[in-house]
Amino acid sequence: MDPIDTTKVQAVIERFVDKDVYIHLETTNGAYASHFNESFFSAGAYIRNGKIRYTRGKITGDEPYRVGLKMELGWIYAEGITHWELDGENRLLMAGYDKDGKLAVALQISETPFD
Amino acid sequence: MEKHDHVLVVFPHPDDEAFGVSGSIASFIQNGTPVTYMCLTLGEMGRNMGNPPFANRETLPLIRKKELTAACDVLGIKDVRMMGYRDKTIEFEDNALIAKQVTDVIDELKPTLVITFYPGYSVHPDHDSCGEAVIEAVRKLPESERPKVECVAFSNNCVEELGEADVSRDVSTVQDKKISTIEAHRSQTAGLIAGVKKRLKANEEELLNWLQKERFWTYKFD
Repeated sequence: MDPIDTTKVQAVIERFVDKDVYIHLETTNGAYASHFNESFFSAGAYIRNGKIRYTRGKITGDEPYRVGLKMELGWIYAEGITHWELDGENRLLMAGYDKDGKLAVALQISETPFD
Repeated sequence: MEKHDHVLVVFPHPDDEAFGVSGSIASFIQNGTPVTYMCLTLGEMGRNMGNPPFANRETLPLIRKKELTAACDVLGIKDVRMMGYRDKTIEFEDNALIAKQVTDVIDELKPTLVITFYPGYSVHPDHDSCGEAVIEAVRKLPESERPKVECVAFSNNCVEELGEADVSRDVSTVQDKKISTIEAHRSQTAGLIAGVKKRLKANEEELLNWLQKERFWTYKFD
C-alpha cells in the first residue's frame, strides 16, 4: 500500500459513485489492548460485504485522512486513513496504520464481494 | 519426556502454535510422535502487515496460509488442517459444531494428548472459544477414552485463579526450531524476532526462560 495521495484516491472514490458496491469497514484496537493495559477500553466494529450505493464520496483531512461516503439514506465514514491501494481486482483498499505499523482502521470498496 | 501415540494441537490462528508450544511440538516429533494441527482460521484480521509492510487486508490470509505451511515444515508437522473459519468470529459461531469437528478428528486419530487454549484464561475471544470447543469435545468421551488435555493460559489472572502450571517442559534442545517457527510467521513476527535475537545474544534470563520453558495446565474434567 502507498501513503495517501488525495488527488488519486479521490478519483478512485468517484469511480464507484452510483454503483452497487461492497464495503469492508473495520476499526480495531487489537484483541490484546486490554490485556496489556487493563484500564484501556477496547472497542471496534467490523462489517464485511455490506452492499451499498453512494451518491458522493470524499477524502479529506491532513495525514491521517478521513473518508466519507454519502448514501441516499445515510453515511459511512472512516478516520485515521494513512495508506491506499487499487489492487489487481480494481478494489479500493484504504487503511490506517498506527505508529507501530499496526492496522487500526480499514475501509475498502469493491464492485464484487470480498472473499 | 512422556511418550505419546499422537498429539492433536487445536488453535485458532496461524502463529498460536509458535510462541508457547512449538518447543513441545518439535520435541514430540523428534521423539517419533506424530502431531496433527487443526488451525481454525487464517488470521485474516491480523493487524501486522509485515515490517516493513508487505501485506494488506486482502492479501494477508494467503500470506499467512503460506507462513503456516512454512512453520509446519520447520516443526515437521505433516498433518495440518485449516478449518476455514474467519479470524475474530469463532465466538459467534456454533460452538457445538466446532466441538463436533474436534470430536471427529479425535475419533479418527485417537490422540493421547490434546493441546489447546484454557477457556476463560486465554485473552483473545477466539482462543477462549477454541478452548471451549475442545474441552466440550473431550468431555463427551467416556472418561477412560479421554486424552490428556494440556492448556495454554496467559491472562493476567491465570496463575491467581488456576494456580501454577502443572506441566513445565524444558525445550532448550529445540530452541533453534522454536525461533525458526516464530520466524516463519514473518508478517506477524518480523518486528518481534529482531528483539528476540538481540536479547538472546545478550543471554537475557527472562527471554531464555520464555524460550526454553513451556508451561501448560492439565484440564481437570470434574
